[in-house]
Amino acid sequence: MDWVNAIIQGTLLGGLYALFAAGLSLIFGVMRLVNIAHGDLIVFSAYVCLTITTSLGIHPLVALVLVVPIMAAIGYGLQRGLLNKTLGTDILPPLLITFGLSVIIQNTLLQVYTADPQKLSAGDLEIASIKVGSLAVGMLPLLTFAIAVAVIASLQYMFYKTALGRALRAVSDNQEIAQLMGLDKRHIFGIAMALALAVTAVAGVLLGIRTSFDPSVGGGRLIFGFEAVIIGGLGNIWGTLAGGVILGVAQTIGAKIDPGWQILAGHIAFLVVLAVRPNGLFPRMSA
Amino acid sequence: MNYILSVSDLSKSFGAVTVADEQNFGVTQGEALGIIGPNGAGKTSLFNLITGTLAPTSGTITYCGESITKQSAALRCKKGIARSFQVPQPFSGMTVFENALVAATQAANLRGQAAYDFCIKVLEQTELLAKANIVAGQLTLLDRKRLELTRALCTKPKLLLLDEIAGGLTESECVSLVDTIKAIHAEGVTIIWIEHVVHALLAVVDRLIVIDFGRIVANGNPQQTMNSDQVREIYLGIDADV
Repeated sequence: MDWVNAIIQGTLLGGLYALFAAGLSLIFGVMRLVNIAHGDLIVFSAYVCLTITTSLGIHPLVALVLVVPIMAAIGYGLQRGLLNKTLGTDILPPLLITFGLSVIIQNTLLQVYTADPQKLSAGDLEIASIKVGSLAVGMLPLLTFAIAVAVIASLQYMFYKTALGRALRAVSDNQEIAQLMGLDKRHIFGIAMALALAVTAVAGVLLGIRTSFDPSVGGGRLIFGFEAVIIGGLGNIWGTLAGGVILGVAQTIGAKIDPGWQILAGHIAFLVVLAVRPNGLFPRMSA
Repeated sequence: MNYILSVSDLSKSFGAVTVADEQNFGVTQGEALGIIGPNGAGKTSLFNLITGTLAPTSGTITYCGESITKQSAALRCKKGIARSFQVPQPFSGMTVFENALVAATQAANLRGQAAYDFCIKVLEQTELLAKANIVAGQLTLLDRKRLELTRALCTKPKLLLLDEIAGGLTESECVSLVDTIKAIHAEGVTIIWIEHVVHALLAVVDRLIVIDFGRIVANGNPQQTMNSDQVREIYLGIDADV
């Protein structure tokens, strides 16, 4: 029963990893930009939420109503003001710029919030659980997973059923031709980054409720996000959820064998997938 | 003259290579203008300059009475300039209908049902409606050319630039494409058409411009231009298919 428990917990944890990964995947898919600062933006969202909850005294999940639009606006501004200027045929400039951005975000957070670990308090939700047979499943992980599924389903719907989604896919397919269809790619990229950071905001707040965080934890979240994207297969949004779940399950099983093996087991699972299926498990299945 | 599009002293060079050399010409509203010239003469570059994917070295482009020389390609498209490519470049991961919808929603600014209805109308006209749900990357050459035309028409153009749209087609395919283009022209769309298949071109255009080494060497009545000495000289040894 312990093993079943580990798999369920791992699956639910995978929802959080899928949220880390979704924004990363969206940005790479639309504009071929590898955002090294993605993990730090997740942590930054958690701090934005912390500031809002402490100053307004509201529940962190309620604060999402503010954190999501704030992060989306930051995303649009960041893309139009900085990242658009780095995009071109060379993939190195955006890597360097986002790496620099990562350093800047970490140090700014350190300056403003200090290195003390912080946590978003969600009250009773943190310890609430429901009984499933002889297992107790936490409400928070369950809610996280449900949100992840909802976010990914919405992204999927947006991409394939709306004018905005078609615009994003058209720009992703052929930037030059998209311009000749009246699409301003600078604006479309701005929208894509806004969407990605809106998802990041949700990920950051759920992370902050689940565990304590400090300015330095972004790098680890970036790695988990990357691994989930690669395991699932580039360009497949549902695959990203699957990738997150596989990573989460590998980690909890690793931790079950030996508590020190949690992170290692996740990386091993990632390396195995990379060795066996270099394009990921479900590459562009739904393209 | 009341030009929908005019270029004055338009020049573009890449280092020592001049693709547009002090070009001056205009197109009147509702006209169909043909452009011929040898390969590498700068015909496609002229389209790139008009649509805004290339910036000229000097000179101005005036469209509907305003200078669009510095405007972005996206803005020019929204103002009614559309083009098809010599080598079709569909959004290959999207269906034919989605390709059309991108143009209709983004450039022609249609929404919801209106966009759907408009795309269906255009697809009917370009004879692609039966293939609307096929992924564009799987289309044959003729259908890709039709998709180029469809996508350009879905932007609701006032000025349509066609780049060798008849090239590579069989005779019967060419005839049906010419009929489609005639019908579009009859609706009042101004057309500039670059073509090597001269008989197809002459079936549609009112006037002909000849470009060689980036220079406009002839500009006038199609038949007279085709019979002129300059054209004979440029195409000497090439079987002018008139």
